[in-house]
Amino acid sequence: MSLKPKLKVTLLTGRTIEQGVGKEHGKSSKEYLESVSICYIDPEDMKKLGIKNGTNVLVSTDYGSVVVKAVKSKRFPHAGEIFIPYGPWANVVVNPETDGIGMPSFKGVPATIEPAPEQRILSLAELLKEQYGKG
Amino acid sequence: MEIVKAVTCPVCGSLCDDIEVVMENGKIVDVRNACAAGAAKFLNYNCEHRILKPLIRKNGEFVEVSLDEAIRKAAEILANASYPILYGWSSTSCEAVRVGLELAEEIGGVIDNTSTVCHGPSILSIQDVGIPSCTLGQIRHRADLVVYWGSNPWSAHPRHIERYTAFSEGRFQKSTWRRYLAKIRALIAKKKLERAFKRIFFKREISVPPHLRYEPPPFLERKERKLIVIDVRRTKSAEIADYFIKVEPGKDYELLQALRMLIRDQEIETDKVAGVPVEYLEEVADVMVNCDFGILFFGVGLTMSGAKMRNIDAAICLTRDLNMRTKFVIMPMRGHFNVTGANVVSTWQTGYPFAVDFSLGYPRYNPGETSVVDILLRGESDASLIIASDPASSFPKKAVEHLAKTPLIVIDPHMNVTAQIADVVIPSAFVGIEAEGTAYRMDHVPLPLKKIVEPPEGILPDEEIVRRILVEVRRLKGIGGS
Repeated sequence: MSLKPKLKVTLLTGRTIEQGVGKEHGKSSKEYLESVSICYIDPEDMKKLGIKNGTNVLVSTDYGSVVVKAVKSKRFPHAGEIFIPYGPWANVVVNPETDGIGMPSFKGVPATIEPAPEQRILSLAELLKEQYGKG
Repeated sequence: MEIVKAVTCPVCGSLCDDIEVVMENGKIVDVRNACAAGAAKFLNYNCEHRILKPLIRKNGEFVEVSLDEAIRKAAEILANASYPILYGWSSTSCEAVRVGLELAEEIGGVIDNTSTVCHGPSILSIQDVGIPSCTLGQIRHRADLVVYWGSNPWSAHPRHIERYTAFSEGRFQKSTWRRYLAKIRALIAKKKLERAFKRIFFKREISVPPHLRYEPPPFLERKERKLIVIDVRRTKSAEIADYFIKVEPGKDYELLQALRMLIRDQEIETDKVAGVPVEYLEEVADVMVNCDFGILFFGVGLTMSGAKMRNIDAAICLTRDLNMRTKFVIMPMRGHFNVTGANVVSTWQTGYPFAVDFSLGYPRYNPGETSVVDILLRGESDASLIIASDPASSFPKKAVEHLAKTPLIVIDPHMNVTAQIADVVIPSAFVGIEAEGTAYRMDHVPLPLKKIVEPPEGILPDEEIVRRILVEVRRLKGIGGS
C-alpha cells in the first residue's frame, strides 16, 4: 500500500455564523457540535489528499492531534491554510504559548493534515474523557 | 399577543437595542430584527440543554442537590483554596461583575474576564499608546471609509455592518447596500456567462472570479462610503467589501507598518508586503488619506496571531499617523455582549481591566503572570469558579487540563462544555431575558438589559448567586453578616 498523503498546512481558528448560532442552541446541541468538529479545506488541498467532502481527517500539531470532518471550503483559494471553528476540537491542536501577555496563539499554527477515513470523530463526552478524564 | 419593544440583544458586543420580542402567554414565540445568533438565543434559551437543578459531582457522577447545598459547597471550595481563579464575567451584567470583584478580594483570588483570550492584547496596547476612538453613532452618520481588519463581522457581529457601518443610512453618509446588490447581480450574470462559455467550448479550467483579482476597483477613488476588509481569509464580510486584501497569516504587522510608511510618503523598496503588491497598498493608502472620516475596526485576527499586542500598537500608530492628514478613528470589535462592561467595572473597582490578582491583599495586574491561561499553564491555581463563560471550549487543551484537575465550580444557564467537567454546577438565569442588568456596548455606551420572562422556578440571576456565595464565604471565615 502506498504511503498516505500528508500535507503541511497553517491552521487558523475562528468564529463562524454556524458556531455562533450553535452555541446559543446550547453547547450540547447537535447544531453546535456539528459546527465545531469540522475543518474547512481548500478544494485543491482536498484533491492532493485524495479526500471528498465529509471524509474524516486527522489534524496534528506539536500540541496534539484530533479527528475532524473535512468540509470543502467555499472561501477558496487558500491552499496550505485550513480553518477549524473555535471549540473543544480546535483547542486540542492550538498553541497554548501566551508570549508573556496572557493570549494563546489560536491562529496561524503550523499543522499537518492527513486522511483518516477509518477513524471516527469522538463525541463531546468521549473527547472530554480522553483529554481531561472527566465529563 | 404582546410585543416587547426596544429589547437589547444579549449576544455580541454590538448590543443591538432595537429587538422586538413577541410574547404569547408569558412565552417568547417570535423575535424581530435580530440576527441568526440573536434569534437563536431568544427562541432557544429555554431548550433541553438548560440546567434546572444545581448539581454536585459525587463519585464521578452528577447528583442533583438543593441550591443551598451547592452554594455551601462552592463557598467551601473557594474559602479553602489558597490561589483560586474567578473567570468569565463577559456574558453577565455589570452588577454581577461588581459582586464578583468583592468575592475575589475576600478570598484572595485572581479575577479575570474573557478579554484575556480576546482583546487582552488590545487593552495592553491601548495602555501603551492610547486610542483615538468614538461612538458607533458617529461612525454611522459620518464615516466615509470603513476598514475591518482581522475581523469577520458577518459571522461574529452579524448586524454591525447594517446598523453602524457600510449598509447603514447615516445622516451624512448613504448606505452602500444598493452597490452591493448591483455587484452580486453582476457576479451572477458573469458566472452564468462563464458557464455557457464553458459548455460551448468544453473548457474545464476554472478562471479566477473577478472578486478574487487583486486590483482595487476604480470607484475606490470616488467620494462615497467605502468598505475595505483586510483578513487572512476571504470571509463573507470580505465578499461584501468594496475591496479585499488577503494578508498572509501572521504578517499583519508588516502590512500595518508598510501602510504607515506609505502614509508618511516613504518609499517601500520591495514588490510585495505580506503577500500584497505594494502598488495596491499605495492605492489603499491614498484612499485612507483622502477620506473625510475613516474608521478602522480590528478583530481578534490581530490579537491572536503573529505579533499579537504589537499588531495593535501598529494599528493604533497607523490611526495616529492618519490623523495628521485626515480624521481617523479605531475600535476593537468586542465579542461577548458585556466584555466591555467587565473591563469597565473591573477598572472602576481595582484600577485594572482584567487579570487582577488579590492574593497579596491588594489588586495587582501583570498579564502574562496574573492572566488565567498562564496561571493554568503553570498549574498554580487550586480551585476555579467559572461564570457566564465556557473556557473548556475556548482555552487551549493544556490550560483546560489543569482546570479539570482542580475543584471546578460553574455558574451558567446551559450545560456547556466546562459544566460537563465541573464539580459543582449552579444554574443561573439568562441576563437580558430572565434578569435585568447593565451592559456596555463595544464603544463603551452602557445599555439596559431587560427582563422579559420569569426564570424557571428556583433559578437566580448571576448577581444573586455570587452574592450568596460571598455571604457563605464570609460566614465560613467567621466574618459574619453582610
